Amino acid sequence: MSDTQPASRPEAQAGVPPPSGGAGLSARQVQARAMIQAAGMLPVLIILAIGFHLLGGHRFLSVQNLSIVAQQASINCVLAAGMTFVILTGGIDLSVGSILAASAMGALIVSLIPDLSMLAIPTCLAVGAGIGLLNGALIAYGKLPPFIVTLGSLTAVRGLARLMGADNTVFNPQLNYAVLGNGGVPIAPGIVIPWLAIVAITVIVLSWYVLRRTVLGVRIYAVGGNPAAARLSGINVPRILLFVYALSGLLAGLGGVLSSARLYAANGLQLGQSYELDAIAAVILGGTSFVGGTGSIWGTLIGALIIAVLSNGLILVGVSDIWQFIVKGLVIIGAVALDRFRQGSGVRT
Amino acid sequence: MNQNPSASVTLPGRDAVPALEMIGISKSFPGVKALSGVSLTAFGGEVLALMGENGAGKSTLMKILSGAYTADPGGEIRVFGAPVAIDGPQAAKAAGIAIIYQELALAPNLTVSENIHLGDELSRAGQLDRKAMANACRPILERLGTPFGPNTLVGTLSIAEQQLVEIARALHRQSRILVLDEPTTALSARETDRLFALIRQLRSEGIALIYISHRMAEVYELADRVTVLRDGSCVGTLERQDLSAEAIVRMMVGRELSSFYTKTHDPDAQRGAVVMQVDGVTDGGRVLPCSFVLHRGEVLGIAGLVGAGRTELARLIYGADRKAGGSVALEGRIVALGSPKQALDAGIAYLTEDRKGLGLFLDMSCGGNINVGVIDRDAHLGGRLNLARAKERAVRAFGAFRVRAASPQVQVGSLSGGNQQKVLLARLLETGPKVLILDEPTRGVDVGAKSEIYRIIDELASRGLGVLMISSDLPEIVGICDRVLVMREGRIAGEVGGATGVAITQESVMVHAAGLAA
Repeated sequence: MSDTQPASRPEAQAGVPPPSGGAGLSARQVQARAMIQAAGMLPVLIILAIGFHLLGGHRFLSVQNLSIVAQQASINCVLAAGMTFVILTGGIDLSVGSILAASAMGALIVSLIPDLSMLAIPTCLAVGAGIGLLNGALIAYGKLPPFIVTLGSLTAVRGLARLMGADNTVFNPQLNYAVLGNGGVPIAPGIVIPWLAIVAITVIVLSWYVLRRTVLGVRIYAVGGNPAAARLSGINVPRILLFVYALSGLLAGLGGVLSSARLYAANGLQLGQSYELDAIAAVILGGTSFVGGTGSIWGTLIGALIIAVLSNGLILVGVSDIWQFIVKGLVIIGAVALDRFRQGSGVRT
Repeated sequence: MNQNPSASVTLPGRDAVPALEMIGISKSFPGVKALSGVSLTAFGGEVLALMGENGAGKSTLMKILSGAYTADPGGEIRVFGAPVAIDGPQAAKAAGIAIIYQELALAPNLTVSENIHLGDELSRAGQLDRKAMANACRPILERLGTPFGPNTLVGTLSIAEQQLVEIARALHRQSRILVLDEPTTALSARETDRLFALIRQLRSEGIALIYISHRMAEVYELADRVTVLRDGSCVGTLERQDLSAEAIVRMMVGRELSSFYTKTHDPDAQRGAVVMQVDGVTDGGRVLPCSFVLHRGEVLGIAGLVGAGRTELARLIYGADRKAGGSVALEGRIVALGSPKQALDAGIAYLTEDRKGLGLFLDMSCGGNINVGVIDRDAHLGGRLNLARAKERAVRAFGAFRVRAASPQVQVGSLSGGNQQKVLLARLLETGPKVLILDEPTRGVDVGAKSEIYRIIDELASRGLGVLMISSDLPEIVGICDRVLVMREGRIAGEVGGATGVAITQESVMVHAAGLAA
């Protein structure tokens, strides 16, 4: 349908030249662009994996190691999924690491109470969602900048997490949900899919469904793309903001469940330290625009995998702890720069 | 009519060598050819008016002159006969070209002299020499007769005074070519007069002035010649003695005005049933209590000068801003309109004047934009999107509005202004409104799409919608409205057409807008 105009347009008769052909992009161009965006960082992920495999004595791409990578990526994946919702609205949530610690503390404390131990997971999620709601309320109805609000709760909630355990590590060797962190589902002899990875993939798929197949998802993109227009189109913008921060908190709570399940313990001081940075890095590596409105959850998944592959691969290759930091940081900047270069100047990050 | 402005014509009182020649300038953006082979000649000591509809290419041409854009290869720019390559703002400055934009480019937190010297500050021993800078400015400020000195903070000056600072900066840089882009938009009548006196003074000093304006009266008053652009091409240049409103409009629009506006809906619509009654709506500040009725099938115009409170009134009715008083009744029932959502649910849709800022989601597809207002109504249980329904709506709207894009999946940000406006209109109409408020519906829209939008408005009125149309474009108000309210200083100052018995003409509207009515 390149030309839907009948030849006898009145303006054409009146001597007005039709607008120069091909205003806008063709459907094929749009499709191509969408595919490039969806593929995003996938080539980088593949190159990194092959590179580490070759440099690391062909150990990287073993079933056992990939299972470790999946475990390492899972918690960040869950946090980054929540972060994707927040960044899509043009916001940021710096408090997820602290929320993870506080909710894990809550879970551990409840799990040690004999009659209530089955409430550990609900408690953990409720603490996360509750703090997220508070963040969201301040941002959506208090009209405070997301950076400031979540920077404040990054600190305050960290303090809360330490307070909950009186600044001690809480152990529970009989943690009733520990299987989530350490068990898995065997699908073939010698191949076990860790529960951590199953939870993470479920979160990603559900996030995709919400973002792409529901009214709520469209509105999240709309609010991020143009909040003023969203309001004038009858969208309740504060409610959308409240939702994304609450969801981010809830998923940070889920991260708390997974972390504590893995460790049989929680520590208010150390657990989840600087996890928010890995989550943000995963979202940005995944191509989600920092100003909101564009991005995809699949990109976030790839971003989270890249970060996990880097951490794991650098250890396999034998890079020292200090250099791991430097290399990770540079790869993040380089990957995003490469992406910008590849997609041309029209892309905002 | 001089169809070939690049040929140097020598007339009495005009320099032999033009101060500026732009020859065969073209500029393409992805998917759009903004300028094709435009030529323009400006002489020292004259005012050349540059006219054209929105989207005709005036700003693009001036952005090329200022170095903000680079022209496509093939054209040439000559300053006093010598070819210059303008590849950036510095090159334009070096060539003696200064442009004063509608949005002034001054730092409000700095003084007049600091602004004038911005980019070439004077220093002594590495320290800013404020005194020398101020002294260097004084003669220029005196020449312009400014009421302020070099040490005044720019933020404390009025818009008109800030314009003088911009002009002073241009003179300080020894600019010989001065472009003024719609300089009177934000000025009062007195300030305009003063600016005109200054323009004449600069002309007598031999500076070449290019004056961009929509306002015919200003062009009559100032211009020695008028060059008209349309759809990115140069239509021609009129000498002063050939100037007439008809000639210019014909050149700008490219056809007689009568075929431009469509008005086939019932002209007696204002006698039909009242669809909306606005009673004493006010925000307690800029909008004083306003009351009027809108009938089914009527196109009711709201005219008035910029700043008269028209957009503010529309936003109050729509619930986008908080009302301090008054009520709105739809089909006889008073409705609470506390938010745009409530207004949309009640059957009022509002087309914003700021299409990109407040209207469209530029990252989203056309289809996404068309559907955003109705996805919740269409959704399956649990808020699951009805993708089939959304596609159907998008395809139908594309056909009905003749949106020129490859498919509804195309990102709306890549379309031309006119097609973007059609997408936005389609979104509003999908919500099934009874009342449609259009705020400057043809602003930034090319001529062809303009005519189509008029056709759409006419058709909507024929279908029984009440249309409230805010417009600063008087010919448009006269061309398609059944009745016109004129706002001035926050209140409805008068009404023409309909039962008033006063014919809708540009003059009858302006009488109320300017406050000349008895």
